Amino acid sequence: MTAYDVESGDNVHPGNPVTVDRYTPGARVNHWITAISLVLLALSGLALFTPALFFLTGLFGGGQWTRTIHPWIGVVLFFSFAGMFLRFWKANLWKSEDGTWMARLRDVLTGHEEKLPEVGKYNAGQKVVFWAMSILIIILITSGFVIWDQYFAQYSTIDQKRVAILIHALAAVAIICVWIVHVYAAIWVRGTIGAMTRGQVTGGWAWRHHRKWLRELVGGKSH
Amino acid sequence: MAFNFELPNPNTKDPKTNLGEADLVRRSASSVPAPARQLTPVAKLIDVSKCIGCKACQSACLEWNDMREPVGINRGVYDNPEDLTPNMFTLMRFTEWVNPETKNLEWLIRKDGCMHCADPGCLKACPAPGAIVQYSNGIVDFVHENCIGCGYCVKGCPFNIPRISQADHKAYKCTLCSDRVAVGQGPACAKACPTHAIVFGTKDEMKKHAEGRIKDLKSRGYQNAGLYDPPGVGGTHVMYVLHHADKPEIYANLAKDPRISPIVELWKGMTKYAGLAAMGAFAVIGLVHHVVTGANRVSPEDEENAKKLTGGRA
Repeated sequence: MTAYDVESGDNVHPGNPVTVDRYTPGARVNHWITAISLVLLALSGLALFTPALFFLTGLFGGGQWTRTIHPWIGVVLFFSFAGMFLRFWKANLWKSEDGTWMARLRDVLTGHEEKLPEVGKYNAGQKVVFWAMSILIIILITSGFVIWDQYFAQYSTIDQKRVAILIHALAAVAIICVWIVHVYAAIWVRGTIGAMTRGQVTGGWAWRHHRKWLRELVGGKSH
Repeated sequence: MAFNFELPNPNTKDPKTNLGEADLVRRSASSVPAPARQLTPVAKLIDVSKCIGCKACQSACLEWNDMREPVGINRGVYDNPEDLTPNMFTLMRFTEWVNPETKNLEWLIRKDGCMHCADPGCLKACPAPGAIVQYSNGIVDFVHENCIGCGYCVKGCPFNIPRISQADHKAYKCTLCSDRVAVGQGPACAKACPTHAIVFGTKDEMKKHAEGRIKDLKSRGYQNAGLYDPPGVGGTHVMYVLHHADKPEIYANLAKDPRISPIVELWKGMTKYAGLAAMGAFAVIGLVHHVVTGANRVSPEDEENAKKLTGGRA
């Protein structure tokens, strides 16, 4: 069986502690461009979403600048995320253990990982975040073009723009919620953030959270 | 005999502005204190049956607002320019309509422009504090220094009126000549109209004047003559006398029952509150979860197991 979720660049280094390469420099740069774009989009978008947060336009040089720059950041995010998608989609395909993992979400949240099936590079929660982000970004860029009036006003009717702006707002709320889950999980599960900063996690982290992936890495090395 | 609603000539000596911030009843994306006084609601009445299509109103509008519309292209119809633009706040829309009952060709000319809704969709949709305001006399005005050019007003408007300038990326529309009304004048278009098809006064006066006009039209065989003051938007401060008030759509697609789109209401209403609540809930749940369960830490046993798996070398 091919190790479906070992990605190129993943590697294990024996030592004390054991260290595991999880993300290449390319993947990390790709991730942080996407992350910064998403945060800027959320801030500029929320500024126009509710008057209570209009003050956030100050971060972008005022309302006119916020309105101008928001869609361009969206384009950056789209291409940046597309790069991540190409890197990560394969390891995020749904596997049989993912259903079991999801069914035991209570154990996940209470930290009883010994009751969970061994999972590969990504657990079911991470996969849900990945696919939710992918789908929501497609919805956001599509609806975003419909309401990008500076360049595309003439390509849709006002009725279509009304629907698009409602969809855009709903999808934006959804993606911010998904983002909160993503960031919270990275903070709650200690030792995770290093994967996206230094590119490495410890062997113990991989053993505890992604044992199947660690086994595949070790197994792949031995032959 | 002097016409009742002949507008006065301007007072050039010491004109006093009688319309200001204190008269605001609504301000986009913000709130205003209740005004100390209530101005008399005003209205512009456009009697479509008296319009001769001379476009003096358009010229007067451009002149007063110091706008210029580039020379356009003749597209085979009288409408000029083809549509409302960021410069052209009002537009004569010409329709050739064959009355199915009389078989007569009727040339319908409707002066299009902002209707100054009592319940303004543009103002509701606007995200920029103070970019759209409504005065207690009913005038809905755009305040350009606060406008961010997002085009939300275009989506909010039930009449397809605001236009975004590609030059300064700000929204433009008829102001009902708020600057002229502020000093006791009437709108430039009404002043210029040679047939008194456009008249201006208090909303009550205008409704009364319309009644007389409708009575006259009915006596001439226009059974369905009536006033266009659509209740779906709370009534408007620009009203029409239509000879076929039962069919407003024949006047270049004048909305039959205009109201703020339910999609816009949903977007600016429920979505906003539910959205903020959802985002807040996710953040709070995360915080509570962390407090209750504590951090998910890798144990020394996990590290030992990893060492064993990699061959026990350390």
